[in-house]
Amino acid sequence: MRRENLLTVVAASLFALFVLLALFGPWLVPYDPLSTSAGASLSPPDAAHWFGTDALGRDILSRVIVATRLDFGIAVAAVAVSFVIGATLGCLAGFHGGWHDRIISRLADTIMAFPLFVLAMGVVAAMGNTVANIVIATALINLPFYIRVARAEVNVRREAGYVEAARLSGASDARILVTHLFPNILPPMMVQISLNMGWAILNAAGLSFIGLGVRPPAAEWGIMVADGAQLIVSGEWWVAFFPGLALMLAVFSFNLLGDGLRDLIDPRRRT
Amino acid sequence: MNAQRLLAARAGVAFVLRRLAAALPNLLGVVIVTFLLTRALPGDPAAYFAGPAASREAIEEVRHALGLDRGLATQFGLYLRDLAQGDLGNSISTGRPVATELVERLPASLELTLVALVLATLIAVPLGVLAATRPGSMVDHLCRVIATAGVSLPTFFTGLLLAYVFYFLLGWAPPPTGRLDPAFSPPQAVTGFYLIDALLDADAELLAAVAGQIALPAITLALFVIAPISRMTRASMLGVLSSDFVRTARAVGLSRARVLYVYALRNALLPVVTTLGMVFSFLLGSSILVEKVFAWPGVGSYALEALVASDYAPVQGFVLVLAALYVLLNLVIDLAYGVVDPRARFEA
Repeated sequence: MRRENLLTVVAASLFALFVLLALFGPWLVPYDPLSTSAGASLSPPDAAHWFGTDALGRDILSRVIVATRLDFGIAVAAVAVSFVIGATLGCLAGFHGGWHDRIISRLADTIMAFPLFVLAMGVVAAMGNTVANIVIATALINLPFYIRVARAEVNVRREAGYVEAARLSGASDARILVTHLFPNILPPMMVQISLNMGWAILNAAGLSFIGLGVRPPAAEWGIMVADGAQLIVSGEWWVAFFPGLALMLAVFSFNLLGDGLRDLIDPRRRT
Repeated sequence: MNAQRLLAARAGVAFVLRRLAAALPNLLGVVIVTFLLTRALPGDPAAYFAGPAASREAIEEVRHALGLDRGLATQFGLYLRDLAQGDLGNSISTGRPVATELVERLPASLELTLVALVLATLIAVPLGVLAATRPGSMVDHLCRVIATAGVSLPTFFTGLLLAYVFYFLLGWAPPPTGRLDPAFSPPQAVTGFYLIDALLDADAELLAAVAGQIALPAITLALFVIAPISRMTRASMLGVLSSDFVRTARAVGLSRARVLYVYALRNALLPVVTTLGMVFSFLLGSSILVEKVFAWPGVGSYALEALVASDYAPVQGFVLVLAALYVLLNLVIDLAYGVVDPRARFEA
């Protein structure tokens, strides 16, 4: 038990560090993340550049720090969109049943019928290569999970005593959904959010790694790893390594936190 | 006896039909979504498909040929007709039919994905069993951390790390460029899977070269899906180990190994089979990234090359083929589950 707590504490500290970097990163960096310097290109990590410099002589530490905001921003925006739309649709499906339920569940099934990353790639390719479309695509592939959780949680509660009581005292369906059911399905939805967040970052970074979404010279972890990919075989490991490490640690801390949160809220689902 | 057998056979047929019927709406949904994606192209789809050098008349001609000047329902009908004929359009960059090019490259992707799946299963199932037999122990926690770390790894990053360590530093692996060293000529195509074809050719040197080339990308992919498989194995193994029949097996004095592997594991693997659907979704998605890192000549890198060139027909064909493949895989998993667990056949 203590070991698990330790893990959760480590994850929480890492998470706090990333949030600080996302909020204050641009003021903390030692160099301008966009300023190039031909003389200092591809220098390995040293005292002046802790993480080394890339092919254009940009300081990698500064770029990794500044990128935190963009990567987190995309993930948070995507998960927020999924949460709002997914919770609304899921609540409607779970509460009303019938044709609402059939249409909404079919929508979720159709999305899930795709390998999700492939669908995201197809959506961005079709709608245009912008950061906004990365957010939409990532939100779309997360949507079924929120719909399903909200639907199942509302469904088991719609005949609950407090719902009947509210109905008898004259509350409308909308009122019951918003003020009685929604607060009660929030805990499992929060667990879903924390479990999804890491995956959302991973997807967004994966999309920019294959050249979708974020455009150079903007600092973003996926694109920075892509920049360093060709240099790996000639031994310049640091260009791809540090942004990749930051991405991995961010996702790792989200996943551990999500697990910890789930154990707290719903111990039975622990696997 | 005969009546019983007849009943079981009938339930089996009904099960297969029901599963087939359940897969159809998914397939239809996939086709509708990919159709909508072809309409959502940035700018004018006709201009895209006509190519950058096309004249105004040529664009109008393409618009007419694609049916873009007609109603949406008619367009969908035309799209279905083309699909039924196996026509996914032509690639602008190569000028060849997309369907042909996808079929040529599909074996490379499938081989990589399947090798990764086998590898991941071989590691994940014992790991899950080990964790379940000692819940709360060091091994259990270690398993949990490894599993969480595995699913946190960006596949493109792990791939690069492995390439750096095993190719650049240690020199154990061949350069991360493709399916086969150019010094070799590919084995005679029977299955399209180089590993099997090299085995059929009985060419040990070629087999070693092929295996060396596939090792790193397959390990990269496998690392990513170890987590879901091992966690599911652990959870379902925990459930089975506390069940009555395991207690009985222990009480009558069966050996520990026999209880664990013959009685418990076989039952515990049933729910694991159903998670394979999600695992395939992960595998097919991240194989695109891994193919890019290792210059693997599969359908993923084909779609990416096309994407960079703003050549959309291959991308759409790729999305459709992978989605169709995924629906079929899920169908196969469902049917396999019915074979493994007869109870599933009787459930409504």
